[in-house]
Amino acid sequence: MTVNATPIIELDRVSRVFEQRRRQVKAVDAVSLAVQEGEVVCLVGESGCGKTTTGKMIAGLIHPSGGEVRYAGKNIWAMSKDEFRRYRLAVQLIHQDPYASLNPAHTVYGIMSAPLLQHGIVANHKQARERVRDLLRTVDLTPPDDFLDKYPHQLSGGQRQRVSVARALTVSPKVIVADEAVSMVDVSIRVSLLNMLSRLKRDLGVTFIFITHDLAVAKHFAWEGRIAVMYLGRMIEIGRTPQIINHPQHPYTRALLSAIPEADPRITRTKERLQLRSLDIPSLLNIPSGCSFHPRCPLFEAGLCEVSVPPLADVGDGTRVACHVVARERAKEVVA
Amino acid sequence: MTFVRGIANWFGQTLRLIARNKAGFLGFIGLLFFIFLAFVMPLFVPLDKTSRVDKIYNPPSAEHILGTDFQGRDIFSLVVHGGRDVIVIAFLTGAISTFIAVVLGSISALLGGAVDSAIMAATDFWLAIPTFPLLAVLATQIKLNDVWLLSLILALLSWATLTRAIRSQVLSLRQRDYVEAARSLGMSHRHIIFKEILPNMMSYIAISLVFAMTAAVYAQGGLVFLGLLSFSDNNSWAVTIQLAWTRGAIFFKDSFLNIMAPVAAIALFQLSLVLFTRSLEEIFNPRLRVGV
Amino acid sequence: MSENAKTAGEPALLVEDLWVEYPARRGVVKAVRGVSFELRRGETLALIGESGSGKTTLGLALVRLLPKAARIKQGRIMYYRNGTSQDVLALNAEQLRRFRWQECAMVFQGAQNALNPVLRIEAQFLDTARAHGMTDAKAVRERAIELLKMVQLDPQRVMHSFPHELSGGMRQRVLIALGLLLQPQVIILDEPTTALDILTQRSVIEVLRRLRTQLDFSLIFISHDLSLAAELADRVATVYAGAIVEIGSVYDIFERPRHPYTLALTRSVPTVTGEMHPLASIPGSPPDLINPPLGCAFHPRCPYATDQCRSQEPRLERVGDDQFAACWHWQEVKP
Repeated sequence: MTVNATPIIELDRVSRVFEQRRRQVKAVDAVSLAVQEGEVVCLVGESGCGKTTTGKMIAGLIHPSGGEVRYAGKNIWAMSKDEFRRYRLAVQLIHQDPYASLNPAHTVYGIMSAPLLQHGIVANHKQARERVRDLLRTVDLTPPDDFLDKYPHQLSGGQRQRVSVARALTVSPKVIVADEAVSMVDVSIRVSLLNMLSRLKRDLGVTFIFITHDLAVAKHFAWEGRIAVMYLGRMIEIGRTPQIINHPQHPYTRALLSAIPEADPRITRTKERLQLRSLDIPSLLNIPSGCSFHPRCPLFEAGLCEVSVPPLADVGDGTRVACHVVARERAKEVVA
Repeated sequence: MTFVRGIANWFGQTLRLIARNKAGFLGFIGLLFFIFLAFVMPLFVPLDKTSRVDKIYNPPSAEHILGTDFQGRDIFSLVVHGGRDVIVIAFLTGAISTFIAVVLGSISALLGGAVDSAIMAATDFWLAIPTFPLLAVLATQIKLNDVWLLSLILALLSWATLTRAIRSQVLSLRQRDYVEAARSLGMSHRHIIFKEILPNMMSYIAISLVFAMTAAVYAQGGLVFLGLLSFSDNNSWAVTIQLAWTRGAIFFKDSFLNIMAPVAAIALFQLSLVLFTRSLEEIFNPRLRVGV
Repeated sequence: MSENAKTAGEPALLVEDLWVEYPARRGVVKAVRGVSFELRRGETLALIGESGSGKTTLGLALVRLLPKAARIKQGRIMYYRNGTSQDVLALNAEQLRRFRWQECAMVFQGAQNALNPVLRIEAQFLDTARAHGMTDAKAVRERAIELLKMVQLDPQRVMHSFPHELSGGMRQRVLIALGLLLQPQVIILDEPTTALDILTQRSVIEVLRRLRTQLDFSLIFISHDLSLAAELADRVATVYAGAIVEIGSVYDIFERPRHPYTLALTRSVPTVTGEMHPLASIPGSPPDLINPPLGCAFHPRCPYATDQCRSQEPRLERVGDDQFAACWHWQEVKP
């Protein structure tokens, strides 16, 4: 990863406000992120943290209310029609729910051939059929002829999700935004789906933005990449995956990691838990002042945390944390 | 050859899907019966135009299987010839109002903004007007014996409700993940409307069309019955009822069939339509279609 | 304690050779196929299975809340309390109504829908109590407050709230408290933490753990989530294609699984803590309960499958002190 190269995806203080019953809901608040080509970045957080909205803004499906989304250095909403079309195809989104993301009215061939024909990637149906067969093989749906004429309802959840991935591959994307792409399939299917995505990442050099609530999945998919943790619309910690998993800095990340139930009775029953001051998750309609985690935070300091929003501060090892207390303590260590 | 076989397959499969639902199948048979009655039977049964003073209100006999009317005409021939206009007008009205609704409802939902507000305001305005009395006034002013013109005017009765219904359907379908995926894949608006959204609305549209047809049957029947609409030389079930009514057929014991035969024809036709909607759901549900 | 001593060794619940079927468009779904197990007094048993394994149907059958079309083909479900027993499949409607809250309470998946949206929480407690002949509103209110405290909720606030004013985790805890109102001796929880955020899941888990030590009841929970079993269960049963394929203590199941499916399942879930170990994937698709595979239902996906597996269905047999597996090749299965 060359640091000076232009990031393929760049979010520059991107925000998104939704109107909900005449009230403003800040789903995403000034999130910045630079993703280099070929990189894997996981956006991790609980429901309502803004990770899906961020993903859709990266894919150009939602317009930001503030800030800029850049593709290869260019603001996507200031692009010429032709540039935008190229960007649109280069960044593809995989949805969470494999039962909603495929049109029930079309066969697998119909679903996958449409973009191929529309964009002139193939000249005719004969070529389209060949190409669709290849792509189905790429996502391990073999033999492809068993799937070409099936309707989505004739496929299992895991198979549908593979078709969804194959459909995204029709336009040879450079970036794939996978929004909880494995969370709705059964445990026994999940691993092979994850392995398939890892293979695409390796073989095709696709840049992955992997959105998940599951830190264990993030760890396994993005060990060589980075994890960005979001809370109530803000990014509160970002760093290399091993650092985030083994040495989390932000009290929220630490609480999250310590709370995760593990599929190993000896580990999970002896894990040290970080106690929060409150179990209640604040509403997006009423985000706490200052650091939005302060009402639950065990490190809370009155007169500091509820007053100002902490900026992302570099704490070494490539990790940046948005926490007044952690940043101060780490700065002291450096001085000492 | 493969094309022919494809068509044959399609018909076979559609028939199979219709037969899945017993009530729907019954409706389908009923509709076939009425189409046969109204369009094929007239070739074999001439319209009885002769008055026979000696045969007024005769009960059913071998010669007149449904008896005779107030002028001694054969009721069966009146029923046979009275269906065509009713069915044609119903179908045209249903097709026109559904077409208007699909076009306006889709535009409204897909474009949104000012266009949406304008179309919705128009439907609100239209729904606030008492349309049936308006139609009655119109009927006295314009001579409505042209099938097309009448269908068009009847369609105006139901377009507004339908437009709103179609709009909300499109709005909900537009939110689907697969539509978002199509946008992300840079698919054209045309593709999104005709390939992603419309196929998933077909059963809804077909059912709307059938219900618009039933409304049209009642509306034309009502107008004729009130005497506001006349079919000069054409015949219609509604005309038969209206004539029987005005000639006092309700006062005679033997005149029962003069009124009841066309009433039954209308009622059974409507029932067939309503029952048939059950099968429409099955026909247009892609889950029930098997990949070939 | 004295009561427990009197009935020592007697299970809280015994299920014998239970078969449940229901009709679907394509044919008859054989959702539960010959399930037998016992729930011991005071223990927590986890029924772990993937979607379509029949685990939810099994749970519903235990309290006879199956949909009308479903049919219990054969089997016996016995509840024991203080030396007396009740055959659930023989209860009439009135007995069943009493049984459902007083003997065995079921708390459903999707806590949002299980509470009446137009009633305040207090009213839900009072209604449930009244339906079972507890008319002393003051006593019920006191008991409700006590239970809400036990599930870590603020009774003052929660009692007067409507369900929609509470978060998902709070509603789930209210339901657990409601389930405990009539002091049942068995509680069945269906996917108690699914769809909840991690920190909320943690609070529900801690609440259940605490309740277990404070009150005297046996717990069955049904989940697809192995980590929940690792957290809470004393014993774990893995359910595959409508049958229990392995049952044993939580440590045996996670550390010495003897059924290839259990083994594959425990190796396919990533952990946050500890080393990065490669995840094992299970080939093939979940089984079709309308036409389950002949022989062992897992054989099409099993690396140990032989001709015997393809033709003969194995039964649960003892594979350890307190561990049973239904596999012809359990001796070859090594973690």
